[in-house]
Amino acid sequence: MKKKSIKWSNLYLIAVFSVLYAPIFYLIFYSFNSGGTMTSFEGFTWDNYVAVFEDKRLITIVLNTLLVALLSSLAATVIGTFGALAIYYTKKRQTRTTLLSLNNVLMVSPDVIIGASFLILFTFIGFSLGFASVLLSHIAFSIPIVVLMVLPKLKEMNDTMIMAARDLGANNWQVLSKVILPSITPGILAGFFMAFTYSLDDFAVTFFVTGNGFTTLAVEIYSRARQGVSLEINALSALMFLFSLLLVVGYYFIQQHNLSKKQKNKKRLAVGAVPIR
Amino acid sequence: MTKQSKLFYFIPYSLWLIFFVAAPLLLIFYQSFFTVEGQFTLANYQTYFESGTYLRMTVNSVWYAFLITVLTLLISYPTAYLLNKTKHKQLWLLLIILPTWINLLLKAYAFIGIFSINGSVNDFLLFIGIGRQQILFTDVSFLLVATYIEIPFMILPIFNALEELNPSYERASRDLGANGLDTFRRVVFPLTLNGVKSGIQAVFIPSLSLFMLTRLIGGNRVITLGTAIEQHFLVTQDWGMGSTIGVVLIVAMLLIMVLTGEKKKKERGHK
Amino acid sequence: MKRLLIIIVSILAISVGLYVSIDQLSKSQGITSDNTLNFYNWGDYLDPELITKFEQETDYRVSYETFDSNEAMYTKIEQGGTAYDLAVPSEYMIQRMIKEKMVIKLDHNKIKGLENINDLFLDQSFDPKNTYSIPYFWGTLGIIYNDKFLDKEEIKHWDDLWSPTLKNDVMLIDGAREVMGLSLNSLGYSLNTKDKNELKAAAEKLSTLTPNVKAIVADEIKMYMIQEESSVAVTFSGEAAEMLDQNENLHYVIPEEGSNLWFDNFVIPKTAKNKEAAYAFINFMLDPENAAQNAEYIGYSTPNEAAKKQLPLEITEDEQFYPSNQTLENLEVYDDLGKESIGVYNDLFLEFKMHRK
Repeated sequence: MKKKSIKWSNLYLIAVFSVLYAPIFYLIFYSFNSGGTMTSFEGFTWDNYVAVFEDKRLITIVLNTLLVALLSSLAATVIGTFGALAIYYTKKRQTRTTLLSLNNVLMVSPDVIIGASFLILFTFIGFSLGFASVLLSHIAFSIPIVVLMVLPKLKEMNDTMIMAARDLGANNWQVLSKVILPSITPGILAGFFMAFTYSLDDFAVTFFVTGNGFTTLAVEIYSRARQGVSLEINALSALMFLFSLLLVVGYYFIQQHNLSKKQKNKKRLAVGAVPIR
Repeated sequence: MTKQSKLFYFIPYSLWLIFFVAAPLLLIFYQSFFTVEGQFTLANYQTYFESGTYLRMTVNSVWYAFLITVLTLLISYPTAYLLNKTKHKQLWLLLIILPTWINLLLKAYAFIGIFSINGSVNDFLLFIGIGRQQILFTDVSFLLVATYIEIPFMILPIFNALEELNPSYERASRDLGANGLDTFRRVVFPLTLNGVKSGIQAVFIPSLSLFMLTRLIGGNRVITLGTAIEQHFLVTQDWGMGSTIGVVLIVAMLLIMVLTGEKKKKERGHK
Repeated sequence: MKRLLIIIVSILAISVGLYVSIDQLSKSQGITSDNTLNFYNWGDYLDPELITKFEQETDYRVSYETFDSNEAMYTKIEQGGTAYDLAVPSEYMIQRMIKEKMVIKLDHNKIKGLENINDLFLDQSFDPKNTYSIPYFWGTLGIIYNDKFLDKEEIKHWDDLWSPTLKNDVMLIDGAREVMGLSLNSLGYSLNTKDKNELKAAAEKLSTLTPNVKAIVADEIKMYMIQEESSVAVTFSGEAAEMLDQNENLHYVIPEEGSNLWFDNFVIPKTAKNKEAAYAFINFMLDPENAAQNAEYIGYSTPNEAAKKQLPLEITEDEQFYPSNQTLENLEVYDDLGKESIGVYNDLFLEFKMHRK
């Protein structure tokens, strides 16, 4: 009985994963198409990949995109975590609800509105459009999702721990770094990944606030739509997908390795056979 | 917490609130009172509430966002639950997020290929004897693709909530004689409600203003508020009307926040 | 905590690495601020080889930014904060930008090769005497059909879209002027009418098209038609050219009773900082050889008569994309109707869209 249910659950997960990855494999499959479209497969070719590596402009755009995504999600995670802490420590329920609602305004506003109003904002204060304005905007629209991811973790946190730490004479910084942050780390990481995703995917906001030759991949792909997106973009996506897959899997196993080492050390310590270093 | 440290948390966040939330918000509100010619007017709101077009659009948007959220939740909760029981759960979770890093437009194009009349799904339907069906430009395909896009955003918070859940609760409930369903209904689900809530917020709210997919996959059969705003800002350049719809959307969001927000009774953990 | 720190440090390290490589890449492309031409164009609307050639022939470097709609481009230029030296709007947008003084008067002494452009495409109503703009590409609005599902004779006029045999089989382009326009054309009215009664009649006629309309889409129309998702679609000639390339069952028709003639022209926005570079590029693209190479790459119709002579006959003799002068005479260019009338078109079109369900 038990075994059977496990199999069903695996089947379900396999189904979910295959649906999630179906369009991506579809894209990758056609990146090898010599026919030029995503409709009929005419023959195998590496040409699309060659085209990616020859297109310096496209490579620059990809690097730009990654740079903005990494920096903006990092900054958004820091500010968002602080924001979540601020909301958490706000005593009045009403103030808290107000803050949360304000937090969500950017999530509900369609990208076009956000983009247009950021553009007006930047030009109003005379901020030159380009890398900096794009970075700031990405930080801005990623913050709310970080708050949304971190806040539940804070609510689940055991308050007695903090009080205990305080009673033991820990200062603010120690409470934050030793008690609070470790217990909300999963939320922070989730927020970071979400922010990263938002940044990579954003087209409308970036379009409005970019300038002076700075472009991200999403903007480039959308503006190519009128001519039809070429398979070069498929090839590029396939490469990026493979790269991030390797990165994710690699990161995970390195972490696992470290973790198991630590656990071993702990065990040995517990047995008391190894002196403390 | 001392006042100082609270202030320290608050400064960067409130700077953000002022410049990137309050300022645009005021701007949108301000603009909603102007006509295309730049005259001050209340006509935009009048149009919104008097012409059946916009009201129907609002109902449509809420209805589709609701359907998308329910579908997403139905698929995501079991996924998060089962994922949480796998061996390399963190890795699998990362693999759930990975597809979102591929550009949305490209994925939509892939779906067009998959769902088209001569596409993979129809080849399959033909093979099993059902015959080719019109899949694109139907509610079903629109809902499926929208759900597809939103799934990771729902799984992540639920997974986090499940992970925090102490497995001993579940065991205890079992030991006390509750069956699987009861354990889930009375122990697991209530304790992960916070995750579900942030998942719903992360899916429902953006779904209200969904655009592009409505055109690409839905063939403009479904017109949401997001589509209308996009049109007003980018095509008709009637920023006043676009802003008006934006204001309505934000108000709707506030209502949802109040409804799904914490109730006084349930308050816990805040001192 | 330690884990978070490690993550933060590694992200910063990767960012520095990325920054350095971006810097190296742009240096290897020789981009500096004073020799750069900031070109604002539709995505993938220029043969990249021509950029390289231009950079070799002149000392300018091209910084290429892209947009996906006229209105979006307009907003960017209007708001400022950017310094585009050259842009390629469509005709109605050019008219509007002239009205709002967003483009500069061209110094025709600096332009060489304008005589290569066919007179038919010069001195248009949106920019008399080409004071502000130089033609880049042109095209029409028409009907594309698949001969697998339809006979050649079946589609010739806008009215044929209303045929009962096309139930749920027609795709329309998502544009108010275009869809309202086809209805106006089929009734024999002008595309630029402001007459309320004519517009009302057109909207009423359009509402009877509803059962035939399968979807109202934009650029994706190309994919759909190539995949044979429906048998008929209303689209622009440039899009059509690409579709024909991919699916030989497709054909493009310009309805005889009239349709839209569109232009994408070069303009120099007011924000330009490097006008000399802009002139150099306009002249470069007026050169027949370059124009021909570009036209072959993009697949749109070139207004450059000298370039047309260099193109293969099978392209230039194709009536679908280089229609006879007689057909050309029936075509109409969109006027900028002013915000209020555009609003009427948009409202009627939105109602048409909303009533489709």
